[in-house]
Amino acid sequence: MTAINEHRFVEKTETGIEGFDMISEGGLPKGRTTLIAGTSGSAKTVFAVQFLSEGIVKNDEAGVFVTFEEPPDDIRKNVMSLGWNVADWEQEGKWAFVDASPQPGESDVIAGEYDLSALLARIEHAVRKTGATRLSMDSLGAMFGRFSDAGLVRSELFKIASAIKQMGVTGIITAERTEEYGEVARFGIEEFVADNVIILRNVLESEKRRRTMEILKFRGTSHQKGEYPFTVIKDVGIVAIPLSGIELKQRSSTVRISSGNSELDNMCGGGFFRDSIILVSGATGCGKTMLSAEFAGDAARNGQKALILAFEESREQLFRNASGWGIDFEQMENDGALKVVCQYPETQGLEDHLINIKHTILDFRPNRVVVDSLSALERVSTIKGFREFVIALTSFIKHQEIAGLFTSTTGELMGGTSVTEAHISTITDTIILLRYVEMFGEMRRGITALKMRGSMHDKDIREFNIDGKGMHIGKAFKNVTGILSGHPKFSTTEEVDRISELFK
Amino acid sequence: MNKFKLRLYITGKTPKSERAIANLEDICKRELEGLYELQIIDVLEHPQLAEEEKILATPTLIKDLPPPLKRIIGDLSNAEKVLLGLDLMPAENGTKRKEGKQ
Repeated sequence: MTAINEHRFVEKTETGIEGFDMISEGGLPKGRTTLIAGTSGSAKTVFAVQFLSEGIVKNDEAGVFVTFEEPPDDIRKNVMSLGWNVADWEQEGKWAFVDASPQPGESDVIAGEYDLSALLARIEHAVRKTGATRLSMDSLGAMFGRFSDAGLVRSELFKIASAIKQMGVTGIITAERTEEYGEVARFGIEEFVADNVIILRNVLESEKRRRTMEILKFRGTSHQKGEYPFTVIKDVGIVAIPLSGIELKQRSSTVRISSGNSELDNMCGGGFFRDSIILVSGATGCGKTMLSAEFAGDAARNGQKALILAFEESREQLFRNASGWGIDFEQMENDGALKVVCQYPETQGLEDHLINIKHTILDFRPNRVVVDSLSALERVSTIKGFREFVIALTSFIKHQEIAGLFTSTTGELMGGTSVTEAHISTITDTIILLRYVEMFGEMRRGITALKMRGSMHDKDIREFNIDGKGMHIGKAFKNVTGILSGHPKFSTTEEVDRISELFK
Repeated sequence: MNKFKLRLYITGKTPKSERAIANLEDICKRELEGLYELQIIDVLEHPQLAEEEKILATPTLIKDLPPPLKRIIGDLSNAEKVLLGLDLMPAENGTKRKEGKQ
């Protein structure tokens, strides 16, 4: 009975790689070796280095890095930009290289039988010397090019892999793949480390690179399945985005916050909820940015903090426009109540945007977040990637128990929806539609609260105007139908009354 | 003729190691009598030395002198390859060795 219990759990070692520990449900299997396979440029080496550096930084665990490909000096230099000072750790005895990289000069003469036991002896020595609990080997395939006898290399590497298991270290072995979807690794390396396999991909999809990681198997223990997007960012390294790891466990508050416009608050039954996601949809120029400026401005007026992430307008434009509606962003920013981050969506991939937004939110700790506009971000990603981004961002914002207001631009001037809405409408708690209404040769503007989860709200489509003091919501378009479909039709007052009577 | 400075790296006292030592001593006696200096290093006892020399495979013979530096891998059972690696022409090729070449 006890024997069974002892073998029941495969313990895991938290890698410290953001997001990965969630996907792997606790990290890498402890005391075992995991194969990390990927095509060239799929961040295998970064993973291998980061596994050791997180161990040193977060857990004070020493690590040994066996390099078959890049000379140690190249690795030291390359990972500096990720914020890891390997040379310092070597001095402190927390990091040791075993340099098995190709040496310049003439190739060796082979004159008889040999084996790779010297390499094993060096690895053992490095582990003993540093007291390492983590070991990375990068990348195994390079060994096959060095010695002509592939069969011998294979059996020797197998010997080394089994010896590593005996050492009690948690190991990573990286290996090259030739294609994104095909055999696990070249030279049948997966046979040495059959227990645990992780695949890193770097797929070109609609002219955009998309990195994903997938845990193919963890023998004897659980993990999340499928591909998860990840990114490599400066000073941090690999950050994975665990989508299915996100739980719908956010608390819901009944505390209301003002939208910054009392008339809109009334339409929503007393304001937005404090930790809700609000989507403002409308055609270009119909007042989305203004609505978000009022929303942000209201936070500042009430001693709260707002964060504006602008992807369409520059800082100057935004500040000028806000002052046109009577909102002084500059003053608010000086008071520390507001932070405005303006960026072109194209500056980085969506995964990077997501990580940066998360870090900005954690850093600034706002009560409200505005993203203007979400649809601008659609441009830089595939539909799938965008969907994942929106889910990850909304769930993150909800976890912070803050309000998020996203704007979305519809493609058509009148009526219409956007891809953005199709992806996020079910995740949002409140949807506000702003629509142009053509009436007797004039463009007027309408607003309606389409959805307000957990609250009564006004179902009317009301007319609104924008002036130097912001938005003013007026009466409902009583005699017009078909505004949302983009084909307004006018009916006489008598007709409206007659229909109203019918439903009484 | 210049003196040969040789280092032989082995991992433990395995049959392969013993063979390499015997083969090397044989060749040296034949070709370099009195003209060589040989050091045998056991990687298990001195892993740091193997690390410095970046030894992967054993046995490995390193010829430090005369230049150029050469590395010969294996149990040295292929005498012809060893001689080639040491820049000593095999005996069958007429002239026994190239002398006076710096």
